[in-house]
Amino acid sequence: MSKVSMVLNGKSVSADVEDRTLLVSFIREVRALTGTHVGCDTSQCGACVILVNGKAVKSCTMLAAQADGAEVVTVEGLASNGALHPVQAAFRENHGLQCGFCTPGMIMSAVDMINRYGAGNLDEDTIRHELEGNICRCTGYHNIVKSIKAASDQMAGMSQAAE
Amino acid sequence: MAVEGIGARALRKEDKRFITGKGQYTDDMVMPGMGFAAFVRSPHAHAKVTSIDSTAALTMPGVDAVLTGDQLVGDGIGNLICGWMIHSKDGSPMNMGGWRALEPEIVRHVGQAVAVVIADTQAQARDAADAVEVEYEELPAVVDSVAALQPGAPQLHPEAAGNLIFDWEIGDEAAVNDAFEKAAHVTRMEISNNRLVPNPMEPRAALASYNDAEEHHTLYTTSQNPHVARLVLSAFYAVAPEHKLRVIAPDVGGGFGSKIYIYPEEMVCLWASKRVGRPVKWVSDRTEAFLTDAHGRDHKSEAELALDADNKIIGFRVKTVANIGAYMSLFSSAVPTYLYATLLSGQYDIPAIHANVKTVYTNTTPVDAYRGAGRPEATYLVERMMETTAREIGLSPAEFRRKNFVRSFPHQTPVIMCYDAGDYDATLDAAMKAADYDGIAARKAEAASRGKLRGIGMSCYIEACGIAPSAAVGSLGAGVGLWESAEVRVNPVGTVEVLTGSHSHGQGHETTFAQLICERFGLDSDSVAIVHGDTDKVQFGMGTYGSRSGAVGMSAIVKALDKVEAKAKKIAAHLMEASEGDIQIEGGELKVAGTDKKLNFSEVALAAYTAHNLPEGMEPGLKEGAFYDPTNFTFPSGTYICEVEVDPETGTTEIVSFVAADDFGKVINPMIVEGQVHGGLVQGIGQALLENAAYDENGQLLTASYMDYTMPRADDVPSFNLSTHETLCPGNPLGMKGCGEAGAIGSPPAVINAITDAIGNNALTMPAAAEKVWSLYQSGSKEAAE
Ligand code: FES
Ligand code: FES
Repeated sequence: MSKVSMVLNGKSVSADVEDRTLLVSFIREVRALTGTHVGCDTSQCGACVILVNGKAVKSCTMLAAQADGAEVVTVEGLASNGALHPVQAAFRENHGLQCGFCTPGMIMSAVDMINRYGAGNLDEDTIRHELEGNICRCTGYHNIVKSIKAASDQMAGMSQAAE
Repeated sequence: MAVEGIGARALRKEDKRFITGKGQYTDDMVMPGMGFAAFVRSPHAHAKVTSIDSTAALTMPGVDAVLTGDQLVGDGIGNLICGWMIHSKDGSPMNMGGWRALEPEIVRHVGQAVAVVIADTQAQARDAADAVEVEYEELPAVVDSVAALQPGAPQLHPEAAGNLIFDWEIGDEAAVNDAFEKAAHVTRMEISNNRLVPNPMEPRAALASYNDAEEHHTLYTTSQNPHVARLVLSAFYAVAPEHKLRVIAPDVGGGFGSKIYIYPEEMVCLWASKRVGRPVKWVSDRTEAFLTDAHGRDHKSEAELALDADNKIIGFRVKTVANIGAYMSLFSSAVPTYLYATLLSGQYDIPAIHANVKTVYTNTTPVDAYRGAGRPEATYLVERMMETTAREIGLSPAEFRRKNFVRSFPHQTPVIMCYDAGDYDATLDAAMKAADYDGIAARKAEAASRGKLRGIGMSCYIEACGIAPSAAVGSLGAGVGLWESAEVRVNPVGTVEVLTGSHSHGQGHETTFAQLICERFGLDSDSVAIVHGDTDKVQFGMGTYGSRSGAVGMSAIVKALDKVEAKAKKIAAHLMEASEGDIQIEGGELKVAGTDKKLNFSEVALAAYTAHNLPEGMEPGLKEGAFYDPTNFTFPSGTYICEVEVDPETGTTEIVSFVAADDFGKVINPMIVEGQVHGGLVQGIGQALLENAAYDENGQLLTASYMDYTMPRADDVPSFNLSTHETLCPGNPLGMKGCGEAGAIGSPPAVINAITDAIGNNALTMPAAAEKVWSLYQSGSKEAAE
């Protein structure tokens, strides 16, 4: 057992967990945040993607102990003051989800992608390539790609307007 | 908010919870005191279980119990069953072997469960499952369906001599023989349809609890049809009586057929929760899913098509061997028979068809319906034959198809189906135009100048949805009726709840079903709620599969709405002292035609519940239910055109364009329909290019994880060019046909027709892996049959 502390969706949390506890289990079972999903056991599907210190991470591939002291954001932490994050809104507006199981991981990967490339700098090929680590069985990706492009372009517009 | 009725691209009501992480899937559920189940599974494809020793496991931390098949059988739990009786052509009933949820004697596929451990945590349960010592005596295994029929093959079930479950036929064999005698041209092919794993992203899961004071069970489970699950669990498996069992299928993360069936694991959790006296949860890991979720397809066929001198099809002969796996899953017998051979006429006027289907036990995971279920196998066979025949006789594939299209309706095929409506020229024209089919020569030349091989292929599919008229399927062997039920409850304040027996696991019913109510009463969608997936709330339902929720589920809602509307009009007429025939509903109001008298819908609802002033003899309340039994199947159809570029150096295929022109009848929400097509197309393209469930000769599944089974990723597929062309289905009130499976049904032959066109070699099998494509191109034998 070891004590793990982190800032999870802006809140300081800590718990004593078995050493082998995965970060995804810490989030889902210890913290009862069930938006982060588990779709495989080989780090392939991306249903578990979250942000650790601002970077996209497959939370099934990391021990909770490795996130000790980190700042962690899950899909539950994206919306601020009840307003959806532009990526969340774009998934709804572009029908980028069906069963919703891959969706939290897709959204977190998209947020990371837009962070890395800069809003407005994503084209379809880049998005498809960047989604290599996320599997969706429902949507055929068409509308996921559209959602991410729309969010990226809209966020570019927002930051321009703010300047 | 504007009223979003039929035809509106209404955004989904259910999305908010999914995009904010508030969806509630089975694995998200927690019950006080719950334990976790882990299964002990066979590492062998075929073996005698000689002993199971739980001693060490029982001493491990947190372990509550280790349960085995002997205890299960001792408690009177029944065998798993196949619910559709098929008779062989000699009239004998199918040969079904026994299937126990925990096998005490002989295991027949890798991954079959022999025991279950219940412990305080999932990790403890899994550790202890590893410590259960099971001794096996290995038996020879067979995985290939054709090999399993050979004399001397290992035998799986005493009930099925020679591993043959049934030897079934459909159509007029003599008429087909006549046609072949007269034929001016015959095309022959061997065609196989690769085995697939459905792979919804949410793995199966169950959480069962038992209240001993009430003698009542609750089961949360990943099901496409919770009422069917309850029926089977009570009537056949005798785990709990129906009125003492509540089955809830909450948010479900995709199904594609694989969550129709009632599997051993869910049943064992239900049984174990009573035995150990605590709630029991099980969540499949992905490898377990590969080993135990019902697989799809796995057909081997020989097909022959006979033409007259004018290139009209005069006969079609098909022989198919279908691999059923180690046990007969719930609908496994219907898939390669009535869901397959009845679609062998395609979009074509074929006077004589005969099909023979043998289904076979092998030491592999059970095979059952996967998105399309039989219809993709039929379409692949028909459309590969059509393209190949066109090439052989030197007609353009479009012209050859056109020459044989059905053009007058209703059209009775020689294989049961009676097509009610369609316009196959319209979808073919639309697809050819969108794909610039006639400009392919220039694009091929341009690609050649870059050293690439360009090819184009089409597929004109038809499928049967809206399953199904109960009496008709009953006469064909179905153990259940395939109607749907609905209840429309108008609350006193005028909000509406619709309870439906359909189940949504990605299809967006909360939105599309609400659109019907908004359209009918002029309400905004926030005042409508759709309730589904809970046997305590919804009285009964047959669930969602076979693209039936629109054509059947929504038809039931329409019937109930008719009754609600009639009663509301009666009340309104009474209150406004008008005649019932003069009441019109518009914009949320009930108006007396030609006057300015009107009542708000909510005022009429309130009047129904206060009951202070109702017409003489009328019961209070505004709530109506309906059962809808379809009058016929529905027949979605369309044309898909795929254009590919193959790299001759590596054999890799890139899909450069994909056009789909579909006729789904009435479309309620185009946005959702497009989403269904996108998803179906990628599953079909996955089958054609990437996916394959491969076994070695000992029955080990070589593709039991995402490291080995290639799921289509965003980078493997293109964006799509879609259109719909509506001919209304005359058989149901809305004219709907269904759109859930078309993409997966129509796309594989379009892809393979395109690649074989590009490489000039027809001997390609699915999946079209680069190495296979490369060596076929190198060998260059253009005439080789598939
Ligand atoms: S659960 Fe599949 S990658 Fe993490
Ligand atoms: S929406 Fe179902 S897996 Fe992506």
